Amino acid sequence: MRAEGADGYNAIVPAPSRLRGMVVRIDVTAPDDPAARQILDSALLLGVDRLVGCTITRVHHVRGDLSESDLARLCAEVLVDPVVDVHTIDAPASAGGRVVEVAPMPGVTDGDARELERAASQLGLPSIEVATARRYELHGALSDADVARLTRRLLANDTIEHAHEGEMDPEFAAATAADVRVDLVELDGLSDDALAQMSRERVLSLDVNEMRAIQAHFVAEGRWPTDAELETLAQTWSEHCVHKTFRAKIELTHKAADGTVTVSTHDGLLPALREVTEELDPWWLRSAFVDDAGIIAFDDTFDLAFKVETHNHPSALEPFGGANTGVGGVVRDVIGVSARPIACTDVLCFGPPDLPDSELPTGVLHPRRIREGVVSGVGDYGNKLGLPTVNGAVLYDKGYTANPLVYCGALGLLPHGMHPTEAHVGDRIISIGGRVGRDGIHGATFSSAGMDASTVDSVGSAVQIGDPITEKGLIEVIELARDAKLYTAITDCGAGGFSSSVGEMGEDLGVDVDLATVPLKYPGLQPWEIWLSEAQERIVIAVPPANMAELQSLCDAWDVELTDLGTFTGSERLVVHHGETPVVDIPMSFLHNGLPRREMTGAWADPVPTQVTTPEVDASVILELLAHPEVASKEDIVRRYDHEVRGGTVVRPFVGPEADGPADAAVLKPLGTDGTLAVVLSNGINPRIGRHDPWAMALHAMDEAVRNLVAVGGDPDRVAVLDNFCWGDPTKSDRLGSLVRAVQGCTDGARRYRMPFISGKDSLFNEFDGEAIPSTLLISALGLVPDLGRAIDSAGMQPDDDIWLVGQGSAHLGGSLASDVFDLCANTVPLPLDDPLPRYQAIHTAIAAGLITAAHDSSDGGIAVALAEMALAARLGLCVVVPADGLDPFTSLVNEGPGRLVLTGSPGNRGAIAAALGDFGRRIGEVTGGDRIVMAAPSGASGDAESLDSRELVLVELTIDQAVEAFTGGAVE
Amino acid sequence: MSAPPILIPHASGTNRDGEAAQAIRLAGGSPRIVHVNELRDGSVRIGDHAAILLPGGFSYGDALGAGGRLALELRSWFADELAEAVSAERPILGICNGFQVLVKSGLLPGPLGSPRDVTLTENRAGRFECRWVTIRVETSCRSGWLGAAGGVTIRCPVAHGEGRIAVAGESVSRQIEADGLVAFRYMADGPRPTSDDPVSAAGVYPANPNGSVADIAGLCDQTGTVVGLMPHPEDHVIDWQRPSGPVGNTGRPLFEAFIAAAQ
Repeated sequence: MRAEGADGYNAIVPAPSRLRGMVVRIDVTAPDDPAARQILDSALLLGVDRLVGCTITRVHHVRGDLSESDLARLCAEVLVDPVVDVHTIDAPASAGGRVVEVAPMPGVTDGDARELERAASQLGLPSIEVATARRYELHGALSDADVARLTRRLLANDTIEHAHEGEMDPEFAAATAADVRVDLVELDGLSDDALAQMSRERVLSLDVNEMRAIQAHFVAEGRWPTDAELETLAQTWSEHCVHKTFRAKIELTHKAADGTVTVSTHDGLLPALREVTEELDPWWLRSAFVDDAGIIAFDDTFDLAFKVETHNHPSALEPFGGANTGVGGVVRDVIGVSARPIACTDVLCFGPPDLPDSELPTGVLHPRRIREGVVSGVGDYGNKLGLPTVNGAVLYDKGYTANPLVYCGALGLLPHGMHPTEAHVGDRIISIGGRVGRDGIHGATFSSAGMDASTVDSVGSAVQIGDPITEKGLIEVIELARDAKLYTAITDCGAGGFSSSVGEMGEDLGVDVDLATVPLKYPGLQPWEIWLSEAQERIVIAVPPANMAELQSLCDAWDVELTDLGTFTGSERLVVHHGETPVVDIPMSFLHNGLPRREMTGAWADPVPTQVTTPEVDASVILELLAHPEVASKEDIVRRYDHEVRGGTVVRPFVGPEADGPADAAVLKPLGTDGTLAVVLSNGINPRIGRHDPWAMALHAMDEAVRNLVAVGGDPDRVAVLDNFCWGDPTKSDRLGSLVRAVQGCTDGARRYRMPFISGKDSLFNEFDGEAIPSTLLISALGLVPDLGRAIDSAGMQPDDDIWLVGQGSAHLGGSLASDVFDLCANTVPLPLDDPLPRYQAIHTAIAAGLITAAHDSSDGGIAVALAEMALAARLGLCVVVPADGLDPFTSLVNEGPGRLVLTGSPGNRGAIAAALGDFGRRIGEVTGGDRIVMAAPSGASGDAESLDSRELVLVELTIDQAVEAFTGGAVE
Repeated sequence: MSAPPILIPHASGTNRDGEAAQAIRLAGGSPRIVHVNELRDGSVRIGDHAAILLPGGFSYGDALGAGGRLALELRSWFADELAEAVSAERPILGICNGFQVLVKSGLLPGPLGSPRDVTLTENRAGRFECRWVTIRVETSCRSGWLGAAGGVTIRCPVAHGEGRIAVAGESVSRQIEADGLVAFRYMADGPRPTSDDPVSAAGVYPANPNGSVADIAGLCDQTGTVVGLMPHPEDHVIDWQRPSGPVGNTGRPLFEAFIAAAQ
């Protein structure tokens, strides 16, 4: 369907003049490249054992008028390292193996090509155009199937790259002509079925009611919407952007285990979370829910901004790019509140690394490959931004196989009162940062629907590779522009691209935007694509005309591109055109308030308790738990993240003399802040509990976050939390039922712990072929350590120290790691704490007074695992009498009851510690030193450490070496 | 004595300039973080500074090999100023990416213009890695200004993916040792508290975190003016920055020697 006067509108702009001259191919190989060995290892994991050798070659197709000597210089000065590289020109080396070449698809970020083009001009060479590729020469008696398998599963990802056997012709960017075409979409008269079909085919992710509302609006206006208008509404109204489910009116039917049924109505989940925050409203709360990130006070000078996002669907399709841009996106959320990013966090949920290929659904990458890509993607972006990635978790469950979860968090620091939020009529709409390509189109709507095997084909364009160096430039420029007070409002350009960032910024005033000014990665984009592109590394700010010159020179100095999109008009309409071509013209009121509110129904039934018989307990039980991938060392992942950059890391991910013990939380002293005040980041997550009781999952996750935070010296009276809900399709009542229960848990928890939610995020529709992921709530906590000199970790204990236990055991093993590992099928979960704060205040008092030498929380695997981890971290043996609390020995050691920590302190401080902990603390043993970890049952009535004498009371005895071997040997490969 | 002005060049992707400035300040210098564009357009002159510290990071995203792009800019834009700095014995220190830049530009081990037979390439493990290591300032090193810190043991983190020192053949490493160009070596006791007389890592991972030949962590040039290393002494200049173990073995002696030479 063409616009009226189509001829006038459809200006076809010719492609820019192409560089003439021959195309030269330069192959560069490092014979000693470690990556080649990694491919051999990975091939074995893929079951391709006939691959005996692999050579990786960096291929550069160079077009331009280069002389022999020009080429020689380009190689010598830029491309070829004389010590480790060999190279050929127009003569790909071939030693007789099978050759596979892999090249990025046009539009996918190709940093090497861009930098080589810049390098040529720096050398004063004729300007060139570059396309790069990777060449793999595979040796061994490989079948065609082997080569195909290696190519598909290891060498290339067809979401962003194309690969084929043998030499590949270069595909240079900018191959297509610009296309300023605006189509009209016929809506009037369409039936509900037709509307639903259109929503599906255009990946609008709108339901029939919403389509009808759009239909009615344009019928009333007496015209057809443009493609861009329809897409703009779909973006702005997407679950991803407007959180329809969290604003919906929901009726919940809750069936208790005893069969009693209660029906309750919930007038919006998001309002419920905000309500608690407004109710608690601590003085140190600066901004909650209204901005790109939550903000709390740090000291008199600075505030802290914190945000955690998810990037699940992109990471499922292209793990590196998905995780990479996930970090980039959440860091921009923090820039979007005028803060300087200072740290990252990541929590990752994957399918089992040892999943048999036979169980891998079609169109799904193996969990090992997803993990490898995600970890590389997180590290690549955070490391290159110079941000320490300091806190996180890694979970494994079959339920995450086709739909991994990638939570990325960012912490920022900003001077108090330096975040302007009010644009004025006449201010310019300025985009700074990266150029726009066809990448990331439909990201917001695609993340608002389930996935299946065909997802890659339909939304491959939603996946991107990040460009952290461009984002680093944004960080520098925004900080300088903020301090010079050059802008009046700022927002991240993320899901929905300009359509949502500009649309939101201009909600009150109205905007007039000209897309013809937008610099493109390559021509050929239609206006709606420019408007919707989720090309990364862009921030939109409102700038008074008087400040433009200063901002421009700032951007020039830092090599950051600035684009003037248009102006804030006061018309209260969203007006977009491309040169003379009208693209969008809709009232802000309809864009932001026209969305019909959803009415939904959810149902939840508590499970009927099962009978649980617990096994005997001995050392093997503890070792098996220690070796479980969720407990075992994550060093192979975490050491690929820089956790030291910015020089502010006080408590790091690994502690103890061998730097291999797990830390409970991260403590940071922000560079440039004075005094001894430090920041603490922690998290809590337990989808195992959620299977049986999503309400309890929320409270237990909050408890775990606080436990971890207090364990390193954080103040429990000054904690802010973020929620991140990753759920299945909320239009299915069981998914929605558990979601409502989890939100109830969050609001109850916020009151019990007096912890306000300052921001959050929901990622729904995490389903593959109709199978939902385990409902997963991440609680991320942000707090303060009053004196970094008093921060402690889980390894600081000394020989002869007393060992103290805080908290009672729970008889309920539902949701515990032990129940999973030993197939106990327990489904009754530990009861959450009614009044948790006093115990944490007592512990904090003791730590802040310097009485505690080490602390570690009891979570996965209970206090048995906690004690073993402390002993191995400190390389010191210990001996404890574990209080029975009326439990059988197995349960007393591995139950995951809330509010439990193990502390150590010098016998000299025994009285002071006892006084500080009061009834919450029990002395259960001592750090014996040596190489043995001994856990015993109390003799008779008394659970007193003094009574540990007769050996038959010993339940578990293992050596430090056994613990270390289980803990590190079980590490991910 | 007034604090000497120390130039900390910043290119797109540079990211440890803040800590470098902090280390310089604590050592009595006056750090100036300057974007290379300002150096290029002449609004700031390299010659106006008493010393140069090339900080860590990922200049130009490590495209085409870590440090390679900035190295090209140094060669094509600032060759004369750098030569002048060297002849005037104004110390030049490169850390991590800064070290990579100095090596790829041919300044280390140098001399500039001679065929390059030393490089920094992919870690043996083939991946980026962050961990604390122990290094020693080699007493045999010919660098005059570094001599003030000779024999000092420093605990600090490495955080790099391309930190393995590789040479074009045995003869090159022999020459480097003979000429006293080895400035820093990885020591055996890895993350543990250092003993009084640590022994070299003997190529064993993780004490030698990247597989560098002869446990070399850093180099100087023939004049001794230009020094570079992969680890990050600027991340251990305050006691609380250490992970565990006894107080001490900070990177401060290195920066104090650097500033002293810049006076």
